[in-house]
Amino acid sequence: MYIYDQYDRQIINERVNQFRGQTDRFLAGELSETEFLPLRLQNGLYIQRLAPMLRVAVPYGLYNTAQLRKLAHIARHYDKGYIHVSTRQNFQLNWPRLEDVPDILEELATVEMHAVQTSGNCIRNTTTDQYAGVAIDEIEDPRPWCELIRQWSTFHPEFALLPRKFKIAVCATEEDRAAFKFHDIGVELVHNDEGHTRFHVHVGGGLGRTPVISQLIKKDLHWQHLITYLEAVLRVYNQLGRRDNKYKARIKILVKAMGPEAFAERVDQEWQHIKGDENTLTEEAVARVQAFFAPQDYDVLDDSSCNRELASQRLESNDFGRWLDKNVQPHKQDGYAIVNLALKPTGIAPGDITDLQMEAIADLADQYSGGLLRNTHQQNIVLADVKKADLFALWQRCDALNIATPNLGHLSDPICCPGGDYCALANAKSIPIAEAIQRQFDDIDYLYDLGPIDLNISGCMNACGHHHVGHIGILGVDKKGREFYQISLGGNMGREASIAKILGPSFSPEEVPTVIEKVLDVFVKQRQPEEQFIDTYRRVGIDPFKEYVYA
Amino acid sequence: MPNSSNSIKPSNLIKDQQIIDNPWQIIAKDAEFSIETAGDHLLLPLATWLQHAEQLKNSKTIGVWLDSDESPEPLQALCQSIPVIAINFPVFADGRGYSYARTLRDYYAYTGDLRAIGDVLHDQMYFYKRCGFSSYLIREDANAEKALAGLNDFSANYQVGSDQANPDTPIFQKR
Repeated sequence: MYIYDQYDRQIINERVNQFRGQTDRFLAGELSETEFLPLRLQNGLYIQRLAPMLRVAVPYGLYNTAQLRKLAHIARHYDKGYIHVSTRQNFQLNWPRLEDVPDILEELATVEMHAVQTSGNCIRNTTTDQYAGVAIDEIEDPRPWCELIRQWSTFHPEFALLPRKFKIAVCATEEDRAAFKFHDIGVELVHNDEGHTRFHVHVGGGLGRTPVISQLIKKDLHWQHLITYLEAVLRVYNQLGRRDNKYKARIKILVKAMGPEAFAERVDQEWQHIKGDENTLTEEAVARVQAFFAPQDYDVLDDSSCNRELASQRLESNDFGRWLDKNVQPHKQDGYAIVNLALKPTGIAPGDITDLQMEAIADLADQYSGGLLRNTHQQNIVLADVKKADLFALWQRCDALNIATPNLGHLSDPICCPGGDYCALANAKSIPIAEAIQRQFDDIDYLYDLGPIDLNISGCMNACGHHHVGHIGILGVDKKGREFYQISLGGNMGREASIAKILGPSFSPEEVPTVIEKVLDVFVKQRQPEEQFIDTYRRVGIDPFKEYVYA
Repeated sequence: MPNSSNSIKPSNLIKDQQIIDNPWQIIAKDAEFSIETAGDHLLLPLATWLQHAEQLKNSKTIGVWLDSDESPEPLQALCQSIPVIAINFPVFADGRGYSYARTLRDYYAYTGDLRAIGDVLHDQMYFYKRCGFSSYLIREDANAEKALAGLNDFSANYQVGSDQANPDTPIFQKR
């Protein structure tokens, strides 16, 4: 992974000092609430329902065990002993004291971590595939490009006070796991006929109140122009994006209003001024960053003998076999596998882990996966470089830690925002809804029979739980002071991106599991062999679901 | 609308890392203006300045100010000799002025004094400087002495900016 040099260290240490000064001035009454607000937000600090919430950046989801142990220490000493994996691959602390935040940032800086630009109207953490570097369908490792974007966007002086937040995702695989079509900018890495790196730049996607699939505005951008082109997009947005209404301030609204062609043309005009300037990437600069992500020294292993061994281990334990089928993914290197640690056991808020689990997971990563980990936007954790020969032992350890539920990609592995239990923006709770559904559908064989289903739950229109792109989406709404839930169907995050359609009038929390059951009944009745939920939905449309649910 | 400044109050104008006297008076958008009777050290609203552009473009004592919804584009061919171009931040969270500043510096090669006015505060100083501002009229009720420190919050930058005193190369070029 990327290691800081003297510049990175200097900048992060200066940031800690800057924020300490800002916090001191706020506490001393020298900074007003309004003036402090964007400052603390740009340091990931929200004032929530019950306490502040601090979002710690995990650049493109990748971190090491020293960082995880430090987070466990912080969770224990400054918080209530647990932490939350967010849907943008970051970590969130739910209960820090405002006065402690400068100390927390100082501790984070010792392990090359920070909370810079994890909130506020600025360029946020760049995200990518959680299997980057080891995925079998990868064109090229996207992380060096993410890191270059991270550096460019960090404390960018011009883009600290944009009309609204700004999110960039990079996709470099056949199957899109970064949801790049739902980002303000989706950078799609491709190779041209000569095998050279190029980018298709998609702009104006997003979720929130107005879900939009992005538009392709630049094809085959040469890699050396990546940064200057992004800068041109941001410069247009910073000047022309709406600032009169925060619900119409995202770039997606601007792109729609101008039309993608006119927007692309305007960006091109800006770009002509800066194309080739000092921000233009050089081979040396890219190679320097790529070296940090070079493949580790893999052992040369015989894949088929590893697989034979796994086959016999399956016979020993059905549970291991299920875990292998569901939570383990193929790795590009023979004899290795990608392991997902499942953070959605029933009864625990999706994505939450305790300090002790974090330390145990750090031990597992050190022992089995080169000391590195990744957060996924599905709120699980990935060990990306596990030898197949170690899988059985790793599974046993995970099982003991309650992080081996074999349900990845199924109904009981929902994406779920913290919701009304924590979040000041929420209209409704989301965690108890996730739990009610997990309890209702606890028969794993039934879940397997249903096949992969993305269940995404948000407690409000801001859509942190990505409900618009769930095969089944649930949105909490406020109805005359009571919490109600709107169900939508047919969303999809991948390359065949689609936005879910609302089924109809919303339901009380008690009704939700029954409604989901009815939706699934329709699916089971209508499906054809080999069809997944999303396929059936696309074939039959929303009407059969509507008729049965509201009959 | 930026506060009109006058020389009786203690100055809140920062330039060249120090607080200096501020003889410049900001003329409001709706104020009467007559070029025949105009005094010195005036900052005119963009529309007013453009009306008299031919007479004013070589003036050493009359400048112009842009509001946050006024792009500097009309100044492209005219700005080189303007002594002061001020950009108003009606609220500090309105960041359009940063792009206007960079446009003036980098595209139009403006080399005169580029001034941030309006809701100009300590915590944005470093960003102003990096976008090419060269003077800062700190909000009247804020402490200009303390705001000075904000100019030096960081000592290294990842990306190239439009900083006038210290034109920099991005870190990736230095490594």
